[in-house]
Amino acid sequence: MGRYVLRRLLLMVLVLFGVSVIVFFIVHVIPADPVGALLGGNAPPQLVDQMKHQLGLDKPIWAQFGDYMLGILHGNLGISLKSNRPVTQDIAEYFPATLELAIFSIIISVALGVVLGILSAVYRNSWVDHFSRIFSILGVSMPVFWTGLILLLIFYYILGWLPGTGQLSLFTIPPHRITGMLLLDSILTGNWEAFRDGLAHIILPAAVLGYSATASIARITRASMLDVLRQDFIRTAKAKGLSGRVVIYRHALKNALIPVVTLIGLTFGSLLEGAVLTETIFGWPGLGRYIVNALLVLDYPAIMGGTLFIALMYSLANLIVDLTYAVLDPRMRI
Amino acid sequence: MKSITIEKRGKLRDFIARRKPIIEDWKHTLYLWKSTKLAMIGTVIIVIFILIAIFAPIIVPYDPISSNMSARLQPPSWDHLFGTDQFGRDIFSRVIVGSRIELWIIFLVSLISGGLGTFLGVVAGYFGKFVDEIIMRITDMFLAFPSLVLAMAFAAALGPSLTNTIIAISVVGWTVFARLARAEAMKIKKQPYIEAIRAVGAGNSRIMFLHVLPMCLSPVLVQLTLRMGTIILTAAGLGFLGLGVRPPLPEWGSMVSDGRSYLVAQWWISTFPGIAIAFVVLGFNFLGDGIRDIMDPRLRR
Repeated sequence: MGRYVLRRLLLMVLVLFGVSVIVFFIVHVIPADPVGALLGGNAPPQLVDQMKHQLGLDKPIWAQFGDYMLGILHGNLGISLKSNRPVTQDIAEYFPATLELAIFSIIISVALGVVLGILSAVYRNSWVDHFSRIFSILGVSMPVFWTGLILLLIFYYILGWLPGTGQLSLFTIPPHRITGMLLLDSILTGNWEAFRDGLAHIILPAAVLGYSATASIARITRASMLDVLRQDFIRTAKAKGLSGRVVIYRHALKNALIPVVTLIGLTFGSLLEGAVLTETIFGWPGLGRYIVNALLVLDYPAIMGGTLFIALMYSLANLIVDLTYAVLDPRMRI
Repeated sequence: MKSITIEKRGKLRDFIARRKPIIEDWKHTLYLWKSTKLAMIGTVIIVIFILIAIFAPIIVPYDPISSNMSARLQPPSWDHLFGTDQFGRDIFSRVIVGSRIELWIIFLVSLISGGLGTFLGVVAGYFGKFVDEIIMRITDMFLAFPSLVLAMAFAAALGPSLTNTIIAISVVGWTVFARLARAEAMKIKKQPYIEAIRAVGAGNSRIMFLHVLPMCLSPVLVQLTLRMGTIILTAAGLGFLGLGVRPPLPEWGSMVSDGRSYLVAQWWISTFPGIAIAFVVLGFNFLGDGIRDIMDPRLRR
């Protein structure tokens, strides 16, 4: 096991090196013009040259790459052109909001997916099965940016049941920043008004994001549940005279959920992806929106730093999945 | 003369007899497809989508591109089924013509990413060792990103346009096919008939592309079908963020974005293109779900 973990970690370092190369390549070799975007099209050439010199963009590409890699090794991702702050500081500010949204979405998608999956399996090929499959597939099929808009229209503008965009209402006093996760900070500081308001704000984006990730979980739960229900120990349990309910929840479910556990890690990846769009719709101050804004103005240090960080989180999630698998199924340790 | 026809007929009968297992297998698959209702519904949706894309110029009642300021922001009516947008363009016409853009994106992205992935996968699986190691590590690097984030970065760096959207999504999407084709190629190259072909004197590239690659195609094609919904969602997401297809081209995602600031009073601008995306993606996902059912040996029983 130890050797396997070591091998996977080394591989991840290699992959992350490659990831930095790809990110650097995208931003520096492809003909986008960050200085032009920064200064506007009509800037005088001297100013453009001066700016390029200031940013180190007049150096040969290899020197730029060297500077960049050296920076990464020192935990320095450069200064954002837009916010004029170190990118690492920006990430530290914006990532907790994304993480909080992702955690809520995972809870929703797992709860919904497991319930739908069990219903599908137990009532296989009945209308319950059809309904729950169609419902979960609908979730992955609707574009999250559109679902978000429509839900905002219904629940905020028309019904007025839930608050609109952002993490808090305008007049709510935010809690003192400890972890950066608003709800957690509210609890820690005992700011219940902010907690209630924050909870009302996270419902819609988390529901949109969570629903979009439900289908794969429901699918795996259904397949694995059907598999377990066919096995001998279930027949034994039934033969002993246990009620259907006990057999399903106490005996079958426990075994059927093992593959689901590993799927949660993969879901985290797809949530990071969906967060980019959901955060844009809901004005959520997270890393996804930060990257989108950076891309739109070609703020290249922010693009590189943000993308790199997302890739790091994504790889970590995948690593955890693989390690969990290795623990659960020793055959995977190759 | 007569004997020749008989000989031909005999050959044909022989041909069919030799392929009987293949035909039986197809028949079985067809039967499974028919018994999977979701797959059938999905296929119907996709066929409708393709027909609409083909006949779009005949269907559309109005010009989808040029603006008509006297008819702006009209609600849905019999004249304008889906209403009009802030430039007075008929949204129904734009959605219909937009289907051609989405279909074009799906087609080209599948072709490029499927082709590139299969090529690299077969090369990696066939040669193994060093070549395999390099190609697979590159694949890992691309897989380390959530695909939308990487596609966004490519699209932004290349500049927003239809061509660049296609390039960005393809560059991100080939990895899945590379992994699949590699696994297949590794299995196939150990088969005795490959050894036989080599003994006859065929070179590496001939064996690879004429004898190994064709055998890798069916899993790749299945996977392509499963990915098509995602391709539309990615393209629409890029269009929505302003990093993909640019207005005035009626790409559905960018149309949803067009209506964002009019959402409260003129809900129809964003709503209908969004329904179009959901409808088509639903078709592909239904088909995909059915295919997974058919291929899953546990559910096949």
